[in-house]
Amino acid sequence: MLGLGSEPDSLNPVLGYAPDGGALMFDGLVRRTPDLKLEPALAESLPEVEGKRVTFTLRQGVTFHDGKALTSADVAYTYEQVLKVANNSPIRGDYAAVEKVEAPGPRTVVFRLRYPYAPILQRATLGIVPEGSDVSGTPAGTGPYALVSWSKGDKITLRANDRYWGAAPEIKKLVLAYTSDDNARATRMAAGEFTATELPPKAVARFKGQPGMTVHEVPTADYRGVMFPLDQPVTGDLAIRKALGLVVDRAAMVSAILAGSGGPAFGPVAPGTDWHNPAVNGSAAPDRAKAVATLEAAGWKAGADGIRAKGGTPAAFTLMYPAGDSLRKELALAVASDAKQVGIDVRLAGLDWDAIDRRMSKDALIMGFGSPYDPDYTNYELFHSSFAGQGYFNPGRYRNPDVDRLLDAGRGTSDRAARKKAYDEVQRRISDDAVWLYLVYLKHTYVVRGDWSGLTPGVEAHEHATGGLLGTVVNWKPAS
Amino acid sequence: MTWVRIVAWRLAFAVPLLLAVTFGMFALAKASPFDPVRQYLGERAMVASPQIMAEIRANWGLDRPLAEQYATWLGNLLTGDLGESRSLRLPVAQVIGERLGWTLLVVGCALVLMLVAGLAAGTLAAWRRDSWLDRLVTGTAYTNEAAPVFWVGLLAIWVFSVTLGLLPAGGLTDAASATVTLPDLLRHLVLPVAVLAFSQSSWLLLFVRESVIGVLREDFVTGARARGLRERTVLLRHALRSALLPFVTIMGARVPELVTGAILVEAVFSWPGVAGTTIKAALAVDFPLLAALTLLATVAVVAGNLLADLAYTLADPRVRVLGVS
Repeated sequence: MLGLGSEPDSLNPVLGYAPDGGALMFDGLVRRTPDLKLEPALAESLPEVEGKRVTFTLRQGVTFHDGKALTSADVAYTYEQVLKVANNSPIRGDYAAVEKVEAPGPRTVVFRLRYPYAPILQRATLGIVPEGSDVSGTPAGTGPYALVSWSKGDKITLRANDRYWGAAPEIKKLVLAYTSDDNARATRMAAGEFTATELPPKAVARFKGQPGMTVHEVPTADYRGVMFPLDQPVTGDLAIRKALGLVVDRAAMVSAILAGSGGPAFGPVAPGTDWHNPAVNGSAAPDRAKAVATLEAAGWKAGADGIRAKGGTPAAFTLMYPAGDSLRKELALAVASDAKQVGIDVRLAGLDWDAIDRRMSKDALIMGFGSPYDPDYTNYELFHSSFAGQGYFNPGRYRNPDVDRLLDAGRGTSDRAARKKAYDEVQRRISDDAVWLYLVYLKHTYVVRGDWSGLTPGVEAHEHATGGLLGTVVNWKPAS
Repeated sequence: MTWVRIVAWRLAFAVPLLLAVTFGMFALAKASPFDPVRQYLGERAMVASPQIMAEIRANWGLDRPLAEQYATWLGNLLTGDLGESRSLRLPVAQVIGERLGWTLLVVGCALVLMLVAGLAAGTLAAWRRDSWLDRLVTGTAYTNEAAPVFWVGLLAIWVFSVTLGLLPAGGLTDAASATVTLPDLLRHLVLPVAVLAFSQSSWLLLFVRESVIGVLREDFVTGARARGLRERTVLLRHALRSALLPFVTIMGARVPELVTGAILVEAVFSWPGVAGTTIKAALAVDFPLLAALTLLATVAVVAGNLLADLAYTLADPRVRVLGVS
């Protein structure tokens, strides 16, 4: 019995159900181990990615829950449905590199790409559905669990798939109960209704040190930071951005705002993942003297009211945050009060997304992204000039030909060492340019009742759709 | 046949009314600053390219003029196609079909409970006018009238679920059960039904009390008493019966409140009914679902009034109802 916070809209992988793993009912061509390494799932082995063509060979003897045998036509159908414009699949954009998926033989699947795209294997975690299955329904899968019932707004009941091709899960019956309210979920956990649940750090405190309960704090790739509009006079000035990076008290944000469940952030690639560049670092504690020196050197002189100005322009800008998100609001307040100490006036604006949308090219914004899987994910769109001014991707209009080149190189080659070198350099460049002011990485917190083995958390994604730690339930075994 | 004419008249009025209400909904939705595509994509909206968002908008016809969107929707409706719910990724007909029964169950039970309890308490209060019982009943009714439904619901959860641990706090069945069994369902039904009935009963109770008090003063009641009839017979056979007639009409007029009450009660008790879905549809800017639900609610109100009028004319053929005499 697992208590989850947000219910999926659909249990169909085509419509974006858990494309990155944790879809207990479905298997992709490949899957991730808890430490984020790829391993073959429905594919027999991991194929080589070279150029614009990737060939997978399917594992033999895999059947769907309804007994039908898996063939390459099912795989081709799944990807076709995702790419089909009329289906409005929310994840279609993730497969922009895929031109088409062919099934030349019953066990052979060929991906044809529009351009060389190294992360294609990471994208192949998408669950496979049977050919011809209804897009709006819940199709049969090949996964370790089969659907028993789904009472909408309440819970999903699953049973272990006795025909599963892999190691059968120890837990034979699984109930995923959805309770969106954090306090209600904490109460139901305390009342013994749930075996495990996800909770925000502040709600987890009451379970710490309780007998029979284990609290898990899992690092994530989910960061929060300030996205700057770079065409504006104040936020466009590197000295202002650098000074802000020096003066914000990340340690205080982690301890006060995140209740200790997090860490300081200095770049968009999470510490603990293979792609993180440890050289892009900083101090969690603020360095006010250095911030002041940076501003003075750039000509920002303090005025009578304590606010600095340069050539008649006061060092003031507006920082927006989504009004309904209390975490981002508290971070925005903290940034504003830290900035004030060196004479930068940050005005806050709590808005809804539709209002934020129209102002992103002018005002700074508290934003969050982050994926632990591949450094190309979102970073390409966030820092490549071809996405400048497009939606949430690069509203600050960051343009750096070197970074463009590095991002293209990272995406185009599958040589791991070359990719690592390119992304290390990307991280260094955007840190030097202070494109963003990175604040914190979050941690996800879970409470688990009883003794289990097989709980091996890795760095988690932002999306709760993958189930995080709870998505690894297939591997859980009662410890005796 | 009076009732045939009443139904015909009502239908003649209902059609333009339904058109106006649904068109109004489309116009409001079009004017709303919220982007349904962003709601549909949820967190994915942050990592979806503007081009994909534009394609989804085009698929839904959101880039078409308002009149065209409305005409398309109306045309589909006439062929029985309610469209696809965007937030639930299911056909609207299926969403409503799966949930309408649970709402009707709660509202139906609440209606019966509210009628029985309201009539009993109101009559009792009138009969023992100005006693401590009367003060208690009317006092509670006035307080209740001022209390928001969701607050009463939360209070009930706090008392009966959290403090006393007697009843489940929400849901259709216990979290661990995979199927809906009758005893389990009944236990989960108690609080939502009781809260909905209680929160909607004040006006009914006060109305019954006033009417019965009025009738008790009338000559025929005094006459009945003088003839030595038992007090219970006087109260139920004479006073309550003649006090009931106008009440049927008010009942019909109060259907909208029952609908809004059901929406709030379903939200508080996580009841998987159609009313709670309205809130979700509105928050998700889910047009097709919202349009169908608005239509359904309007039909419920119109039908409620019609039934009340019919009942009234059946009970008292002298009554004139909207153009029909």
